[in-house]
Amino acid sequence: MRGIHDEGSERIPSGCAISSIFSKSGKPINGERIIHSMAPMHDRSNGLGGGFAGYGIYPQHKDDYAFHVFYDHSKAQNACESFLKERFCFAASEQIPTRKLSAITQEPISMRYFLRPLYRRMEDLQLDESEYVARCVLHINAQIDGAYVFSSGKNMGVFKAVGFPEDVGRYYRLEEYEGYCWTAHGRYPTNTPGWWGGAHPFALLDTTVVHNGEISSYDANRRTIEMFGYACTLKTDTEAITYIIDYLTRKCGLTLSETAGVIAAPFWSTITAMPEPARSQAAYLRHAFSSLLITGPFSIIVGFTGGLMALNDRLKLRSMVVGEKGDMVYIASEECAIRVIEPEPDRIWSPAGGQPVIITLDKSCQGGDHHGL
Amino acid sequence: MRINAFGMYYRKLNETIRACSDHNIVIDHLCGQRYIACAEKDRLFTLRGTPGNGLAQYMDGATVEVFGNCQEAVGDTMNSGEIIIHGHCGDACAYGMRGGRILIEGNVGYRAGVHMKAHLDHQPVLIVGGTAGSFLGEYLAGGLIAVLGIGAKGAYPCRYFCGTGMHGGKIILRCDKKPEALPPQVLVSLASADDLSELAPHVEAYCHHFGHDVQTLMAQTYYVLTPNPEASYKRLYTFE
Repeated sequence: MRGIHDEGSERIPSGCAISSIFSKSGKPINGERIIHSMAPMHDRSNGLGGGFAGYGIYPQHKDDYAFHVFYDHSKAQNACESFLKERFCFAASEQIPTRKLSAITQEPISMRYFLRPLYRRMEDLQLDESEYVARCVLHINAQIDGAYVFSSGKNMGVFKAVGFPEDVGRYYRLEEYEGYCWTAHGRYPTNTPGWWGGAHPFALLDTTVVHNGEISSYDANRRTIEMFGYACTLKTDTEAITYIIDYLTRKCGLTLSETAGVIAAPFWSTITAMPEPARSQAAYLRHAFSSLLITGPFSIIVGFTGGLMALNDRLKLRSMVVGEKGDMVYIASEECAIRVIEPEPDRIWSPAGGQPVIITLDKSCQGGDHHGL
Repeated sequence: MRINAFGMYYRKLNETIRACSDHNIVIDHLCGQRYIACAEKDRLFTLRGTPGNGLAQYMDGATVEVFGNCQEAVGDTMNSGEIIIHGHCGDACAYGMRGGRILIEGNVGYRAGVHMKAHLDHQPVLIVGGTAGSFLGEYLAGGLIAVLGIGAKGAYPCRYFCGTGMHGGKIILRCDKKPEALPPQVLVSLASADDLSELAPHVEAYCHHFGHDVQTLMAQTYYVLTPNPEASYKRLYTFE
């Protein structure tokens, strides 16, 4: 049996599917709905990866970091657990509940831990909490062979596997979870292997990314982001996008709109034609973060505590549709993925390339934290 | 024949259509099923719901009327026939279209009418009622694209890079002011009487299907984009 880190490198060309559901009033949405949304887009995936992120799904542990971890073997599990025990207090530890399905095979060991940082250790290192946790995640993924943390935020969780998204959703028993936001991905790997860790969403802390496309600036982006302490170990471009968003929002303090202006910066010809002050602002972002411009086709949905951002590359080389009905917002690669769960939306529209769509919980609910608008 | 497509896989749906010899095909409750009416000749399709990607590709004479929005790649390489969309349409519509007509009531996404081409009596026509995304008519080689800008209040009804690399055909845009910042391969002029009489039958067809007033629409200001023979591409282009 091949390990999760050493799958093959066969190239299979095609696309992917993404979808999301968001309740602005914070209403709990059952995980089954996002599985239904993915079904009409079945042929955008090829069974080599599917995954989901749910927000608001662990209210009983809302103040603990929920770590979801894959292990190739028990040796990796022992090494990772002893690493975590030196750095966190365990509020709970369990296997992630799954359902046996013939469509999902070669399962790694998948564990879930609810963790509280050991404050003395954190203070010794003079790190804030999110940086402390992020460094632990990056360390495990880069240094502990056969262990991979694929979810590490509070009151949210990522569920992913090799398989079609509908099967992956049933495998993880998503009907047993409820949250105010779900994102989903069906994978059709193009340049990199289809393995469990390579399925989307990619996550660091509470930031998750699902992505349809393939970025041609991967290596330039990877070299830049690795200078800031991120290690790209997962053999896919989406990992780099996740770290870039984490870096720009959490470390540089950029808003999500500014982040969009960096990764999907307009062409210089478009910037020149802008009125002030938009022109200087766009030019500043392009100059200051030129190596974090992402080129090539992409449509992404970024999840975070209290919100969502959808973004297309500036040429809009991948499709994306937004639907709204009352307090609900739906974003998907294809309109059918929205209509199948909401046949009569109030409004349905396609965002322009490079134009971020940012959705947040109403002010009466808990708002976003570090992702200011 | 009337088919309820609810939950039906696209392959089964298309096999059912092909196995049927009826002239009129009505399909209800479509939700993302791909490749409907591809390469069809002569028949009449009435579709309700959301047909999937690749609707009416390579179509060769059939008529497709859609009551709902369409997704990507509608009428790709279509040869003849007509597509009537009561709603909006996604990206890459009419790519490489070679003949026939597509009427869209609302907006069209990015890259509509890329590399449409004409030959003798094969003259492809794409009429968009609302607005169009970037790269409309990129590399246009022949045929007619018109954007009527209904709801745009006289503003330029496209986004960026309209007609980039165009070397044939004609784009007609309804807007109050002369479009600016177009690529150098494009010449802009007010629509002439000949241009308007070329457009008129298509606007009549648009109004027939979607219920606007022909006289009012035709009385507006139209600009025509044609290729600039002085600035054609001599090598590949790229933006920065």
